[in-house]
Amino acid sequence: MPIGPYQSPLAFVSDGELERHYAEPQPVPHEAEGPQPAGLRLRGIEKRFGDNHVLKGIDLEVPVGQFVAIVGKSGCGKSTLLRLLVGLDEPTAGEISFLGDDGTAVEPNARIVFQEPRLLPWFSVADNVAVGLGGGVPKETGRREAKRALAAVQLAEKAGDWPSKLSGGQRQRVALARALVSRPGLLALDEPLGALDALTRIGMQELVSQVWRELGFTAVLVTHDVSEAVFLADRVIVLDEGRISLDLDIPQGGERRHGDPVLAEIEGRLLDRILGRG
Amino acid sequence: MATVDTFSEGRQVRRIRDESPSATTGKGTPPPRAAAEKGTRAASRPRTFSRAGSAGAWLPYLLPVTLVVLWQLGSSTGIISDRIMPSPVAVLAAFWERLLSGELARDVGVSGARAVSGLVIGGSIGFLLGIANGVSKLSEQLTDTTLQMLRTIPHLAMIPLVILWFGIGEEAKLFLTSLGVLFPIYLNTYHGVRNVDRDLVEMGRIYGMSSWSLFRKVIFPGALPSIFVGLRYALGIMWLTLIVSESIAANSGIGYMANTAREFMMTDVVVLALVIYALLGKLADVIARTLERRALAWNAAYQG
Repeated sequence: MPIGPYQSPLAFVSDGELERHYAEPQPVPHEAEGPQPAGLRLRGIEKRFGDNHVLKGIDLEVPVGQFVAIVGKSGCGKSTLLRLLVGLDEPTAGEISFLGDDGTAVEPNARIVFQEPRLLPWFSVADNVAVGLGGGVPKETGRREAKRALAAVQLAEKAGDWPSKLSGGQRQRVALARALVSRPGLLALDEPLGALDALTRIGMQELVSQVWRELGFTAVLVTHDVSEAVFLADRVIVLDEGRISLDLDIPQGGERRHGDPVLAEIEGRLLDRILGRG
Repeated sequence: MATVDTFSEGRQVRRIRDESPSATTGKGTPPPRAAAEKGTRAASRPRTFSRAGSAGAWLPYLLPVTLVVLWQLGSSTGIISDRIMPSPVAVLAAFWERLLSGELARDVGVSGARAVSGLVIGGSIGFLLGIANGVSKLSEQLTDTTLQMLRTIPHLAMIPLVILWFGIGEEAKLFLTSLGVLFPIYLNTYHGVRNVDRDLVEMGRIYGMSSWSLFRKVIFPGALPSIFVGLRYALGIMWLTLIVSESIAANSGIGYMANTAREFMMTDVVVLALVIYALLGKLADVIARTLERRALAWNAAYQG
């Protein structure tokens, strides 16, 4: 992907919305050399914690821009794998590389969204999002980018609030905006919707799906909710006792809907496999 | 018939509501009972609420004011002897006299300066040690045990030694006050830093915060509620230490004023000194609370 003049990662948010706050949006110099979406290549990844052999040789290729879901029972090593991808942990053996569109190694600019939003309660919502830009960004730029990211998760009007004033779903949307604001090449999602109620979760799934389609980053979702995995991902990987036991492509078919019979059938097959029923 | 009755009753009620309650007891046919009850209830309800609202503001002062009034009554009627306890009026007179002569301003100024400098010196040391030990394992291993041992020595027990070291000059009071405030601030800062949510620290690391910005954006604000607890606790110890050290050895300050007054049996001045300590203590607490509410506005527990 050639790097042109700076384009905001969240350009689909109309500037009209922002002009209520800022008279004239200006180009952002700091991200002119912005990161590009990164594919993944894992070779023989192993992870041990003492005697506990969590990952036993994972080989996986994820093309640029794919949405992969990793499902499996508790303790199958899926969260560990995700932490390795974003550099929160080092693998005991094996190699992780991040590849651009043309197959050359790139800096992934990986971001992770956890099950808990992990917002700083003493920062306003906008300042929390600006944390995602890292240091060295002028305050004004940070605020404007934060507003843009918040608009992308439909929370622009909450920019000045304390996180304690928000609902659980809104907080998680702020966490998503924080992860997206720096235009990640790879977004890791560690059960990001696990703590939300069923209806909020469906709304959030649609939001995640929309944002992913607009921004084109590579996404790796860890979840124990098979229907969520099937709804969001291009490809579902089942992890069982530290090994990949199933790697399934989900047929693309335009807009997905909850309750789609094709998806329901795939979901049934996956559940059978995970639970060991034939 | 029935409709007419209901209708007239309704009008009665409206009339009663519009007029003041006393008007309903005036001449004219007395309204039906039910209507009268409804009317008075409707009229009196808002006033009950407003009374409850204003009560909140002066309620905390009810007890102190009552005690002072009782005290004055006791003194005026001779139940309380002047030699044991001067009357509030006598204390006020002493206050006025000292205020006019300028002694009071000087003594309060001297004591205040001692308190603040002790707090700044001891508080800074405690704060820095607390942060260092909270953040660095090495620093904690080097100093925490020593500090915990020193903490258990009542700092006022060091007065004889302090007098030998520093004499009765300013250094002795400064040393004692600093020592007194150091430990509560140290302990609470340390505790606050250690209890900052590890998940937030991890988040900060993932987002590439430098050590300094991790401290500024995550660790310090996270420890702040606990640091304020330490500060308010330290303020109490600060006044206590100052009173004691000024009574033992000083030639100025509120403690000195009280001690000199005792030698001349001027109970009014002694009591005045106590009142001033109480007011200064309250003032310090109000300042600390205001700072707390400002700094911790994000925390639901400190809002309003």
